[in-house]
Amino acid sequence: MVSLNHYLVLSGILFAIGTAGVFLRRNLITVLLSVEIMLNAVNLTFVAVGRYLNTVDGQIITFFVMTVAAAEAAVGLALVISLFRHRETLNPDAFTVLRW
Amino acid sequence: MLLLIPLLPFLGFVVNAFLGRRLSKSISGGLACGAIIAAFGVAVVSVLRMLGDPAGALQQDVFTWIASGRVNVPFSLRLDHLSALMILVVTGIGSLIHVYSTGYMHDETDGEYARYFSYLNLFASFMLVLVLGANFPVMFVGWEGVGLCSYLLIGFWFRKQSAADAGKKAFVVNRIGDFGFVLGMLLIFATFGTFDFQQVAAAADGRGIEHGLGVMTIATLLLFLGATGKSAQIPLYVWLPDAMEGPTPVSALIHAATMVTAGVYMIGRNAVLFSHAPTTLAVVAAVGVATALMAGTIGLVQNDIKRVLAYSTVSQLGYMFLAMGVGAYAAGIFHLYTHAFFKALLFLGSGAVIHALAGEQDLRNMGGLKKYLPVTYWTFLIGALAIAGIPLLSGFFSKDEILFRTYTSTNSSAKLLWTIGAITSLLTATYMFRLVFLAFHGERRHEAPAAPAHPEEEEPAAHAAHAAHGHADHIHDAPPSMAIPLIVLAIGSVVAGYVGVPHALGGSNRIESFLEPSFEVSESARRTQTLGAEATPAAPEGVRAASLERQEQAGEAAEHGSSEELMLMAISSGIAIAGILIAAYFWLRNRPAADAMARRMHGAYNLLLHKYYVDEIYDAAIVQPIKIISTSGLWRGVDAGLIDGAVNGLGQTIRAGSGGLRRVQTGSVRTYAASLFLGVVLILGWYLLRS
Repeated sequence: MVSLNHYLVLSGILFAIGTAGVFLRRNLITVLLSVEIMLNAVNLTFVAVGRYLNTVDGQIITFFVMTVAAAEAAVGLALVISLFRHRETLNPDAFTVLRW
Repeated sequence: MLLLIPLLPFLGFVVNAFLGRRLSKSISGGLACGAIIAAFGVAVVSVLRMLGDPAGALQQDVFTWIASGRVNVPFSLRLDHLSALMILVVTGIGSLIHVYSTGYMHDETDGEYARYFSYLNLFASFMLVLVLGANFPVMFVGWEGVGLCSYLLIGFWFRKQSAADAGKKAFVVNRIGDFGFVLGMLLIFATFGTFDFQQVAAAADGRGIEHGLGVMTIATLLLFLGATGKSAQIPLYVWLPDAMEGPTPVSALIHAATMVTAGVYMIGRNAVLFSHAPTTLAVVAAVGVATALMAGTIGLVQNDIKRVLAYSTVSQLGYMFLAMGVGAYAAGIFHLYTHAFFKALLFLGSGAVIHALAGEQDLRNMGGLKKYLPVTYWTFLIGALAIAGIPLLSGFFSKDEILFRTYTSTNSSAKLLWTIGAITSLLTATYMFRLVFLAFHGERRHEAPAAPAHPEEEEPAAHAAHAAHGHADHIHDAPPSMAIPLIVLAIGSVVAGYVGVPHALGGSNRIESFLEPSFEVSESARRTQTLGAEATPAAPEGVRAASLERQEQAGEAAEHGSSEELMLMAISSGIAIAGILIAAYFWLRNRPAADAMARRMHGAYNLLLHKYYVDEIYDAAIVQPIKIISTSGLWRGVDAGLIDGAVNGLGQTIRAGSGGLRRVQTGSVRTYAASLFLGVVLILGWYLLRS
């Protein structure tokens, strides 16, 4: 029997992987992908808890999150492309002009 | 009805102040004169009604001014015998001065002319509030108002630096006195729980005479400090001589009808209270007589015609305070009243001289004016005779009354006070006739050999036009608008004294019995007092005994004193005549002798010429330390150092802090993400661990 805890643990693992990816990867596109993994980890939690509580709220929220994730991906990729045109690189450490 | 008396001049002020620019001179001047003359009419009618009133006083509660808990101050006007005399003097003499001013100020532009008359009206209005006020706060309104108006009028020609300074000086010095007045007023309220003059008097009466330094003594001393400011006594007299920067009719108004009489009046108004503080009375008498002597000696050597008169006013005010200080309130007020006539006359006369000479004020540049200015000369002479105390003129009766009452007073040093008063009376006669002889007799002098001390006080615009037709070839006497007030005042200076012919000369001293009720606790006030404070049943008896005693004393004085009084009278008449003869010897017969004398006693002469260096001493002792404290202490230290330092320091601290903090903005996306993550973890962790 797959219990709620299984889903939550899986979600936690996914979230940790995503976070690690955001922090450790040196490629902006990979970073964006990692963010997607984090979002999906959260979605999984929502759906699982929704199922557990016998409501549809979790699923509704998940749709919202997916919409936002889609928008975020569109804007993020557009920014990545325009950054790439400037510096010919995708390393996030190269873009530190916006500071003191 | 009573309200109309100050209200009429006030309306004149409002119209002239707001519409004056658009009015022609004859309209704005006529309006101002009309307002004050109408006030005089109303005053006469009110006084007649008051005399017919059985209570001997009229009161009008205009509105409730302050009502807050225990404090209840109605805006009340009260007309009794004392204020009746005062309003008649203020409106009567004031009217004459207004009329005179229409001639004197005729060379001003329309706007300035209206401004002048609006101030003049306002001055009279505030003075009327001062004398009619039935309680301390209402009196204080007038008290401050006349201070303001004196500032405005002394600095009327404010484009001239010295005039602006003099106005400022008058205001600041008066503020010092007003500070004392306010403190005294509040102390009285704290002690007696009322501001009303009559109730204060009744309450003071219930307390009995206070020896030493009790609360009534302190309160009256503080009030007296206020009086020294307004009435130009030591130590606050310094503003009055400088007030000569104003137009001459203003000097007349300040010296005769308004302002300087306020202090004397205030003591008269609170006669009962002051009588219960003998220590204060001794101080008042001492200050008065010292001021009289000091100002008299200064007046002896001044060369500016108006300054001599100014010191003469200070000196005469000293006499009034001497009278107040020995408890002869009626005599003091009597002198105030006669002084109003002859001092207004003398100032207006000197104004006519100045007007005729195109602004010349230096006595050394005058002389021989008798034949050019006959009206001015004869009226001025009458004024000088009156102030010198020549028998049968008004000044004689009042001054003599003061000296007599001083001589017979219970003051421990009565004889000393009398002696100084007599010496001052000699000085008065001498310096007044020095003025008369230097200005009107002898040869006409155009330019003084030495540079004049006050080089042609050019009164902007005022006398510019006159300069054109000024000099000796064409000196014209006062025009009718100026001559008529002079003549009326000259008549007044002669006859005004006859209301107070002393018993010794077969008179009945009517003014004293007329004023007497104002210096006692009124019946109605005593009744409310005894109703309110039944704890002091002994008070009314004490009061009755005191008043009986007073009557007895008066009777005794009348019997005993009459031969003594006649002798004193003879002495003071002799003194007056001697003073005139001295003046005649030095400044008429033998002028070189005066110069030789000045050279021989050159130290004393310089001391007097520089007015005992009081201005310099005040400057060194008070003004400079204040300046230094203000500049290096308050300005550089507190304002620039502390306050600006705090503000700037705060700014700099924030700047430095932000400079450190902005290093956090590394620009590295990963740092931001890490801090975001860390933040979320911390917040969530806190919530989790808390529950």
